[in-house]
Amino acid sequence: MTLAHPGAAAPPFLSICDLVKEFDGVRAVDDVSLAIGKGEIFALLGSSGCGKSTLLRMLAGFERPNAGSITLAGQDIVNVPPYERPINMMFQSYALFPHLSVWDNVAFGLRRDGLPKAEVAERVESMLALVQLGAYGKRKPHQLSGGQQQRVALARSLAKRPQLLLLDEPLGALDKKLRERTQVELVNIIEQVGVTCVMVTHDQDEAMSMATRIAVMNEGRILQVGAPGEIYETPNCRFVADFIGSANMFEGRVAEDAADHVVVDSTECRHYVSHGISGVQGMQVALALRPEKIALQLSAPTSQQRASSREHGYNCVQGAIASIAYLGNETRYQIRLDSGMELKAARTNAARHEQSRLERGQRVHAWWDGADIMVLTA
Amino acid sequence: MKKPLQSLGGRPVVIALPFAWLVLAFLLPFLIVARMSLTETDSAGSPFGSLLTYADGFVNLKLKISNYLFLAQDDLYLLTYLSSLKYAAITTALCLLIGYPFAYFMARARPAIRPTLMMLVMLPFWTSFLLRIYAWKGILANHGILNKLLLWLGVTGEPLHMMNTPFSLVIGMVYAYLPFMILPLYANLVKMDLRFLEAAADLGATPLQAFWRITVPLSKAGIIAGSMLVFIPAVGEYVIPELLGGPETLMIGKVLWDEFFTNNDWPLASAVAVVVILLILVPMALFNRYKALQEAEARA
Repeated sequence: MTLAHPGAAAPPFLSICDLVKEFDGVRAVDDVSLAIGKGEIFALLGSSGCGKSTLLRMLAGFERPNAGSITLAGQDIVNVPPYERPINMMFQSYALFPHLSVWDNVAFGLRRDGLPKAEVAERVESMLALVQLGAYGKRKPHQLSGGQQQRVALARSLAKRPQLLLLDEPLGALDKKLRERTQVELVNIIEQVGVTCVMVTHDQDEAMSMATRIAVMNEGRILQVGAPGEIYETPNCRFVADFIGSANMFEGRVAEDAADHVVVDSTECRHYVSHGISGVQGMQVALALRPEKIALQLSAPTSQQRASSREHGYNCVQGAIASIAYLGNETRYQIRLDSGMELKAARTNAARHEQSRLERGQRVHAWWDGADIMVLTA
Repeated sequence: MKKPLQSLGGRPVVIALPFAWLVLAFLLPFLIVARMSLTETDSAGSPFGSLLTYADGFVNLKLKISNYLFLAQDDLYLLTYLSSLKYAAITTALCLLIGYPFAYFMARARPAIRPTLMMLVMLPFWTSFLLRIYAWKGILANHGILNKLLLWLGVTGEPLHMMNTPFSLVIGMVYAYLPFMILPLYANLVKMDLRFLEAAADLGATPLQAFWRITVPLSKAGIIAGSMLVFIPAVGEYVIPELLGGPETLMIGKVLWDEFFTNNDWPLASAVAVVVILLILVPMALFNRYKALQEAEARA
């Protein structure tokens, strides 16, 4: 399923144009442009220092861009101070006011708007009900668990009914089990409220499971924007392929370039890629292959096993199993190929008692479908 | 009964040492003064008498409470206490007013220049306290530097009378005690998590609102600590009223001195001192209670 991208006709709800931010001459955000549609949950994904937090802080108004524009619902907000932007943020580790009760924390923004007392009370109650903390209004933040604090922070950032919700590492402070549960909860609440959301995370699971679209950032630039499935299955460059999930990389040269297939020679084997690429013969390319797409067996694959008879003799390497990591749901293998490359392969443990157990040190054939090879030219 | 040294543990020792110091340096002198305040003046040369006397097989305990009654009856003492509290309160308020912005900008200054600012606050301590207060005489006197400047500027036609007035007293007190306000406030403000201010701005608070709603409440402990550090010594201050104060500026420290060394009435002077200590202990106890409550809350 492909998600609706902001149409060309309607201007995007949030549009970021040629945004630049420099710190002491170093570009933290380097010429970034993005268009985000109304109601999207958009994730900025990257490792620390990639500029994603700076970009978020510019949206919130805490940093002024050196160049570029940010337009929200048709209004340029670059010169609007943070306290006048219709944007609220859920801070990393929440920044709940320690001297105020949960109730007063949620009411803080509403009171600054000068809403009548009765309306403040009504909205705070409904927000606390939304995050299921109705009974905790009188508590101070430090009297709550991490998960509860996270929900108070969410209620506080939603109380003013912002046009744009910013989430800075929303679940970073929670432990793994709680995080998985909260991911679903958080998405449910955001969708229930219907607010457009930009989140920043370094955790790809979080981005993949929560976001409708992801922008992968590195060194201040956006490398690829797309739905989680697109980013995973059709990365547009070596960095994205390697950063999202794990990938085996083969460096090779295009030996045969046809409309419906290409053949790439690498040190390890000849690759038959069963789709055309935008390239020319003799071009240097990288081939990325996900570990779970690789089949392992003791004998050489027969032509019946292959997706197409044309692939027979291609897409197959041999090597010895160097290590086996059993993870419960899957088993990961490191296979040392004759070329010296370490090939990562993964097999889902679909059956409880696996028939064909592979042992460390065994020589195996590893092979894959030509359709599963991702050809990267950048 | 005796425990081996290991099982005694470090904890009791660590607690006992400061405790013993407090008993020796605070409780004991206080009890001596309290005892003195309940005796008569002795005609036989000693400035005060004894509580217990032995005569004809009787041990007599004689408590003279009239020193305290005298304090209550004579308006002078009551007025002096009130006046001391008043000047201490004015000093504290002015120190807070001047010290808070000072500490605030110090805490928000670039980390590189903070040590310099800190040194500037501490710099006056390198000179004798007495000299510094005395120097104010030269500034505030009728023919002092300030008057000369004002005359030269044409602000005033004749020298303003500033010395030995409440004005000069308050100037001296604020000047002397300002660092004691700034340092705890700075220590508190510099620790503050600035993300709280961003969160406040994000939720629609203007910088001024964020200051009153977030910064000030979060620095409450610093405000209380600084105020106590200024208020408590200011109540009993003797040197500054002596040098810069005048006939209108009654301060209890000066009365105390007069009773001890001019009137030579040690028992009455001791009674004055005991009341001062109680005046200071009450706010101190309130402060400690507040701190304890806050800590208990934080632990809950």
